[in-house]
Formats: sequence, structure tokens, C-alpha cells
Amino acid sequence: MTWYLIAAIALGGIITLGLRALPFAMLKPLRRSKFVRSLGEWMPAGIVLILAVVVLRDEIVARGADWWMVLVATAVTVAVHLLAGRRILLSVAAGTACYVALVNLL
Amino acid sequence: MSAAATPSAPGSRRSEALLGVRDSLGVGIGIFPLGVALGILVVQAGLPLWVAPALSVVIFAGSVELLLVGMLAAATPLLTIAITVFAVNFRHVFYAFSFPLSRVRPGLPRAYSVYALIDEAYATYVMIPPERLTSTRIVSGQAMMQLYWVGGGLIGIAIASALSAPIEGFEFALAATFTVMTLDAVRSKREVPQALLAALAVAVAVAAFPDSTMLAALVIFVALLAVRYAVAARRRGVADPEPPDERPADGETGETGAAA
Repeated sequence: MTWYLIAAIALGGIITLGLRALPFAMLKPLRRSKFVRSLGEWMPAGIVLILAVVVLRDEIVARGADWWMVLVATAVTVAVHLLAGRRILLSVAAGTACYVALVNLL
Repeated sequence: MSAAATPSAPGSRRSEALLGVRDSLGVGIGIFPLGVALGILVVQAGLPLWVAPALSVVIFAGSVELLLVGMLAAATPLLTIAITVFAVNFRHVFYAFSFPLSRVRPGLPRAYSVYALIDEAYATYVMIPPERLTSTRIVSGQAMMQLYWVGGGLIGIAIASALSAPIEGFEFALAATFTVMTLDAVRSKREVPQALLAALAVAVAVAAFPDSTMLAALVIFVALLAVRYAVAARRRGVADPEPPDERPADGETGETGAAA
């Protein structure tokens, strides 16, 4: 059991490190490519949006019948962010506090 | 980000490290409770306690670690584990296009930065103008994120036996962080087209690939960007013919042009 666990975790570590490191090495010669530079410029905003949607959807699925709590907490997060001066920490804390309260008190 | 108001001259290593710590706080509210959840899961699955810190140090990729706890407890074959890790973490391939790795000193700092390139680190540092980033700031931010994760796991182990029903819901901080980052990212009009393409990609992915939404959305998104590039290149070629690019660039445009 111990050797199985060590082997499995080491395998997972090697694969993850490879997926993180190899693209940097492969992209180096392509740095001057206009296509690669355009992708680098366009991707961040889109990837952050995709991360947001995927994580929110996972939370909605996990919440089952109480899925609306996710939407309420998201609305609170967005409202605080837009109305209170776009301070990331404050917005995240407000949204999370709202969600934790809804999940544990209702 | 919040650091915009701090006029610290890059150079003072201590102030740069403090900036890194500050960068990590927003995502930290989300990372720490997930780490606690990982520790609790390891205990509940009946695995040896060292598995929690081992996962967080050797693999350090939140979602797949949570997934692996169940698979390890069920003695899943190594090949299945390898394929799962590869599939779930394949999205990291896309981060190399835009993560400001060139700001990190070559050698050990850069190696650590690549190893610790979790979603939250990518999202945090890709949203700060590169000229404001220093090696110390990025590496200390990433190290803090790993500290929250490993520390959360250890605390999770500690409270798993003490508390029968711990407080839930802190994982929402991750969703809130990405939501807020999206709001900030699309503030300038130039970012709207890629946000719309990403929204289209994730909508299709949710509908068509509910089991691997993240990866499907990224692949569709990149395909849409390639089409966009080909269309823009063709239009540019008609408007004002540009001198030919270096060879690798030519190869790329040719390929995407043919694909579109």
C-alpha cells in the first residue's frame, strides 16, 4: 500500500510538472511568431472568465437544490466589487461571507 | 490590482516580497479552506496522514489532488491515475502563452515558478502589468499560495477527528476571485472580443462536454482565437501588405489560414 501510494503520487507529480514546464520550453523558439504573441495577449481575459464559469458551475452542481445560493453570493460579489471601488479582497470576502452564511444558516 | 497604488521602487527585496504576500491574500481565502477540505478527505478515506502534505508538495494542483484521494483509497491502477492527472491538468499547457515567466530570475526561482504554476498563480500574475512584476514578488506570492494549501491540509487533518460537521462554503472564495478578476479584465474595450469568445466556448463546453468542461472550453477558446487571428491576418493583408514575418510566424499563419 505504501509503495503504491508513493508511486501514484510521484507519477502524478511528474505528469503535472511536465505539463507545466514543457510548453515553456517548446514556445521559446516561437516567441517571435505573431500568432503566439497574439494568443498570449488574448488568452488571459478569456481564461479567467472560463475559470470563473467552470468553478461557479461546479459549485452550483454540488449545491443541488440550494443552487440559488451560488447565484446570490455571486451577485453580492459583483455588486460589492462595482460599488465599493474594485478592491479584490473586499469583494471576495463579502461574497464568501454571504455564501458561508447562506450554506450554514439556512 | 490593489498593488497599483503602491509606489514602491522595485529593488527593495523586502517590499517586493510583501507585495507578493499581498497578491496571494485574495486567492488565499479560497485556497486555504480547500486545503482543509483535502486534509479532511484524506482522513475520512482512511489513507495515511502523510498523503495530504505529499500530494500538496509533489503534485500541487488543487482539483486533481481532491480527485486522487478517492482514487488512491480505491487502489485505482496507476495507468488510470496517470491518464486522469494528464487529462485534468492538461489545461496548464495553455498558461505558458501568457504567464510572465520572463520576469522571474532564471535558475531556481524560475524552476519553482513553473512547478508552482497553479490556476490561482496564473490568474493573479497575468492580470498585473509585467513591468510592475519582479522575480521576488512572483515567487513569494506563489510560495505563499503553496503555504496556504499545505498548511490547510495539515489543519484539515487536525480538525477531521475533532469536528464532526465543519463549517462549509469557504471554497466559494475561488469562484468569487475568478469572477472579480474577470470583471477587472474586461474593463478595457480591447478585452471584450476575447471575453465574448471565451463565453461562447464555455457555453458550448458546458452543454456538450459536462464531464470535462474546463479542458473542452480551453480547446474551443483557442480554436476560436486561431480563427480570429486568421481572419484578422487576411483582412490586414488586404488593407496594407506587411513585410513577411520570420519563418516560424509564416508557418503559423499559413496553418491557421488553411484551417479557417
